[in-house]
Amino acid sequence: MSAVNPLPQPERRFMSGNEAVARGAWEAGCRVAAAYPGTPATEILEYAATYKDLYAEWSVNEKVALEVTIGASLAGSRALCAMKHVGLNVASDALMTQTLIGVGGGLVVAVADDVGLSSSQNEQDSRHWGRFAHLPVLEPADAQEAYEMTREAFALSEQFDTPVILRLTTRICHVKGVVVAGEREERPVKGFQKNPARMVMTPMNAGRRIPLMLAREEQLRAFAEVTDLNRLEAGQDPRIGFVTSGPTYLHVLESFPNAPLVKLGFSYPPPLGLIRALADQVEQLVVVEEVEPLLEQEIRAAGIPVHGKDLLPRMGELAPHVLRPAIRAFLGEPAEPEQAPKRPLAFTTPVQVFPRPPTMCVACPHLGIYYCLSKIKNTQIAGDIGCYTLGAGHPWNALDTCISMGASMGVALGLDKGRSAADKDKRVLAVIGDSTFLHMGMQGLLDIVYNRGNVTILLLDNSAVGMTGGQEHPGTGRDIHGLEAPKINFRKLVEALGVKPERVHEVNPYELPTLFKALREEVKVDDTSVIITNQPCVLTERYRNKPPYAVDEEKCTGCSNCLAVGCPAIAVTRRETVVKPNGTEKELTFVAIDSAACTGCDLCPGTCGPEAILPLAVFNRAGARV
Amino acid sequence: MSANAEDRITNILVAGIGGQGVMTAAEVLSQTAVSQGYDVKKTEVAGMAQRGGVVTSHVRFGRRVLSPAIPDGEADILVGFEPAEALRWCGQLRHGGVAMVNRLRQEPPVVTLGLFPYPDDPVAEMRARGIEVHAFDAGAIARELGNLKLVNTVMLGAISDYLPFPAEILKEAVLARFRERKPALVAVNEEAFEAGRAAQAAT
Repeated sequence: MSAVNPLPQPERRFMSGNEAVARGAWEAGCRVAAAYPGTPATEILEYAATYKDLYAEWSVNEKVALEVTIGASLAGSRALCAMKHVGLNVASDALMTQTLIGVGGGLVVAVADDVGLSSSQNEQDSRHWGRFAHLPVLEPADAQEAYEMTREAFALSEQFDTPVILRLTTRICHVKGVVVAGEREERPVKGFQKNPARMVMTPMNAGRRIPLMLAREEQLRAFAEVTDLNRLEAGQDPRIGFVTSGPTYLHVLESFPNAPLVKLGFSYPPPLGLIRALADQVEQLVVVEEVEPLLEQEIRAAGIPVHGKDLLPRMGELAPHVLRPAIRAFLGEPAEPEQAPKRPLAFTTPVQVFPRPPTMCVACPHLGIYYCLSKIKNTQIAGDIGCYTLGAGHPWNALDTCISMGASMGVALGLDKGRSAADKDKRVLAVIGDSTFLHMGMQGLLDIVYNRGNVTILLLDNSAVGMTGGQEHPGTGRDIHGLEAPKINFRKLVEALGVKPERVHEVNPYELPTLFKALREEVKVDDTSVIITNQPCVLTERYRNKPPYAVDEEKCTGCSNCLAVGCPAIAVTRRETVVKPNGTEKELTFVAIDSAACTGCDLCPGTCGPEAILPLAVFNRAGARV
Repeated sequence: MSANAEDRITNILVAGIGGQGVMTAAEVLSQTAVSQGYDVKKTEVAGMAQRGGVVTSHVRFGRRVLSPAIPDGEADILVGFEPAEALRWCGQLRHGGVAMVNRLRQEPPVVTLGLFPYPDDPVAEMRARGIEVHAFDAGAIARELGNLKLVNTVMLGAISDYLPFPAEILKEAVLARFRERKPALVAVNEEAFEAGRAAQAAT
């Protein structure tokens, strides 16, 4: 068949960028890997955990993960820390001082920017951290390079005595490609070398290390000019020369195959000499970088005329569909090349289709929470990061803020303390998930208790990091390998943080009356209360399906109350407008339950006045009613 | 665009909704192309999209694949697991590209709540745009065979005669996966694959 690649089968592995990073780390002899789950980086640690000769852990947050790998590095082991972009904000406190200390074993920080915001609260450019912390930044363009550069990063870390940032983007993490990998390199562990002048960062010691860090940065600047990770590629069309970093290299090559370019794999410090050499060969220089104009500003500051964000967007991915029209317009060319076969106009006119935002799952234990929250009046609800952020959407509209991990706690206290006279009767609530609470919510709760906040906290314990695919955490009783681990008791934890035992309720979120009662009571009490839910995420094996329900069409009155639950298994079958005896019009909405999707969570029957929602088995027995 | 046929990249856009098996279909296609010696790239969207949101996967293979994103207007095949999703992405097809569409409609809550209308006939709308559409109810075929999850295999069968390698090779790859993991399902998947193949030919 079409054997276009001469390599034998077993050496060609099809893997994602995340898997390739884990593979590269393992081959480089990495012995410790730590992370907190976060899209798009989650799978790095999941794959790392599959290697038996490597210690892997889910840490409670990214700062702890980085600190664990710093310790491992100082103990002489090569160590990998992985996180999403916002994770490095959390970990940055450790990073900004670790850069002064340097490393023992190689230390690589893989940070994944969610360029295009597939599942994040913002879009950040983590290359800033290289500048801020004076660290080298490597940027792979695909899975093969992610594998190679991870190996290289460990070597550079030890060569230059520096942590190395491996900057990934969603298109690296979540794109699979063919990777030719190698074998593990066993390395002796040097052992921890006591050296307080280097590792105890008192002001005096730190002051002595700053010049060393700055000298290292200059060595790295010189290295950037000579490393194979950066290269100038010739091209026949001298009108534009492109400076590319990370995945934009391939987007440019796809879009403008004849253009000369500089490919940056080692993008900070930037090789300004190499870039100047390109500038000398071309009429115009254009930097293609995701997201911020960092290279562009540095190149301009070096006195090299350059274009960049004046032509290209400052957000999102610079894929061919963005790049081609922007650059062609700059060159004064038509949007589609003339030799391309013309598509009928109808092909390219925009299609109008409804949006399909993500929804909560069928039977999700959060549904009952938001059903109740949507029925309580005069609320201000501080939200947090997780599936439950979806509570801000239809049909609940029961979440008012979402900022950062754990922010619901402090924000709720601020809403309470900063309330205006008009808001004096508002009930302030906070909604936070189990893993998010352990990540960064505990300190906020302590602050609420200490400062006598009038906040009702909903701690949604579904025994999983749900949004990223159901990973384990200290509240699940399992470790990253699924093995039994110490399990935190949330009631005891919040009581230890100072919440009064009588203000803590543990409820089953499928039992609506109990949930309503606890909520109604606690929002009236001028104190800190915590309502803990205790049912598992439906996407994990902890959830057990029960017999499904169906709707008795004859009994359904079209009240639509069950739709307020927001379960995707309940669908509208028809709408009818009726005129009531007093002459006003009323819309009735009749529903059906997709029994194949329903897992019998028992939530919606409690919202149905006419008792039209019945076990499917009842209909089967009745025969004709199915 | 290269004149050299050997340099041609095959671009397949798989589109649907979280939980439908879009990722699995794209994975099987990609693995098959890898086994045929091609360079292959496949994008995966994860995160929020898993929660009933829009899911697409770009599968590209050829001698050397550069950007993992199929450039606008260069998709050879659009595999639509849901008609409105096929309509949403049909502008990605190249001139002469083919759309393979499962007619089974899945309305999201924003439609059932009456906030947005569902297009009257997405397939007709695509045809009106001059696109070659092969549409059939893969959901009904799967249900007849006893498992809605078979939609995946039905759709792979449907595109199997439009690939640069024989349909039998893709079929074997699908069945090999089941032989390894769930041998009891090999026979029914073979039926599903052939049913998809026949269904698209009939439209």
